[in-house]
Amino acid sequence: MSKSEVDVPPKGGFSFDLCKNDMLSKNGVKPSYRKTGTTIVGMIFQVGVILGADTTEGPIVCDKNCEKIHYMAPNIYCCGAGTAADTEAVTDMVSSQLQLHRYHAGQESRVVTALTLLKKHLFNYQRHVSAALVLGGVDVTGPHLHTIYPHGSTDTLPFATMGSGSLATMAVFESEYKEGMTVEDGIKLVCDAMQSGIFNDLGSGSNVDACVITKRHKEYLRNHLLPNPYSYINPKGYGFPKKIEVLLTKITPLREEVQVIEGGEAMEK
Amino acid sequence: MSIFEYNGSALVAMVGKECFAIASDRRLGVQLQTIATDFQRIFKIHDRLFIGLSGLATDAQTLYQRLVFRHKLYQLREERDMKPETFASLVSALLYEKRFGPYFCQPVIAGLSDENKPFICTMDSIGAKELAKDFVVAGTASESLYGACEAMFKENMEPEELFETVSQALLSSVDRDCLSGWGGHVYVVTPTEVRERILKGRMD
Repeated sequence: MSKSEVDVPPKGGFSFDLCKNDMLSKNGVKPSYRKTGTTIVGMIFQVGVILGADTTEGPIVCDKNCEKIHYMAPNIYCCGAGTAADTEAVTDMVSSQLQLHRYHAGQESRVVTALTLLKKHLFNYQRHVSAALVLGGVDVTGPHLHTIYPHGSTDTLPFATMGSGSLATMAVFESEYKEGMTVEDGIKLVCDAMQSGIFNDLGSGSNVDACVITKRHKEYLRNHLLPNPYSYINPKGYGFPKKIEVLLTKITPLREEVQVIEGGEAMEK
Repeated sequence: MSIFEYNGSALVAMVGKECFAIASDRRLGVQLQTIATDFQRIFKIHDRLFIGLSGLATDAQTLYQRLVFRHKLYQLREERDMKPETFASLVSALLYEKRFGPYFCQPVIAGLSDENKPFICTMDSIGAKELAKDFVVAGTASESLYGACEAMFKENMEPEELFETVSQALLSSVDRDCLSGWGGHVYVVTPTEVRERILKGRMD
């Protein structure tokens, strides 16, 4: 361990000092990270933006109800696909930059600001930070929807899909999308598209999350649809006929919390 | 072979009523050869917060040392213990810092908050947090642990029932995995005490 590593707290940024472990990956022992087989979508309607995401994570399902719609700013949200840690880290990082920017500027964040910060970071790392994003929000210049690819390229679209389920969902959008839809029709279309992704793409599954953003208002519909309920569990639970054999037991009592009463009576000597 | 399977491991944490359990197997191997049968993968951070580190044993120990170091600095500066949520964020940040040359560890964090609310969480080796309400698993036996826990878990278990459930899930899972096993190590933490038990398991 180099000396600089022991000096904490670190100033931020990546540390490359364990990258000699690349030797291992070249010998065929490459580590795998949790990737999200994902369906994420977004669309612009009459007065705002709707985002949608499924809630399954990992090829063996690590998390059956994860949150893929990330907060960026009060008026901006972002769906993430790709390596779970990267989408989480990059959106967290940019949302804190946006917050600082708002403190400085004293006005609402714009979607293009978030877009620029995100694409700058991703382009810098030349696809090694593998996050594919759908960014949506409403600002003073109206509703906006963008997709961001891991290389840092971006699109500006009326409707967008990303992740492994993008083909299934895009088919629905291509056939059903119309300009200037109402909120109800918009949510319904997003849900239809999402279900097409959940049922036709093997990597995507579980529930539908949605987020509706309009001017000065947003609504995060966590688990808006639950098309795959867990219904096969034994209501009585699982019983055990024989108890586990224990070799050794050690019980450590925890110290009780001591209440310090200020100005209380002095202890007797 | 993945580097995560070099030493073999099984880890599980489960939530009960105002308590939690965290359990691991006891084997340390080098691929198929067993080196030790009393290996520690679960570490205490403070009285009500534990971390289990699955994956490569050497990285698990290094990471543990860094975490203890950072937690002690926090204690000195803040004059209190870390909340489980805070600690999870710390672990996540330490892991993501090494995004392009990671520690080959998958941590499982379990703790009790000041209001005696249990907290469990797991991550991949680069710090993608997964917060769960019921149970979390990690290690080479994780696939069988998912199944066992899914079937056996009940909500609001008392400490003794929780212990039995976690132990049964662990032992039945490691029997289906060549790389982990040789008994188990279980901690059940309640607001008043920590019960640490060593389980007898198959030795093959």
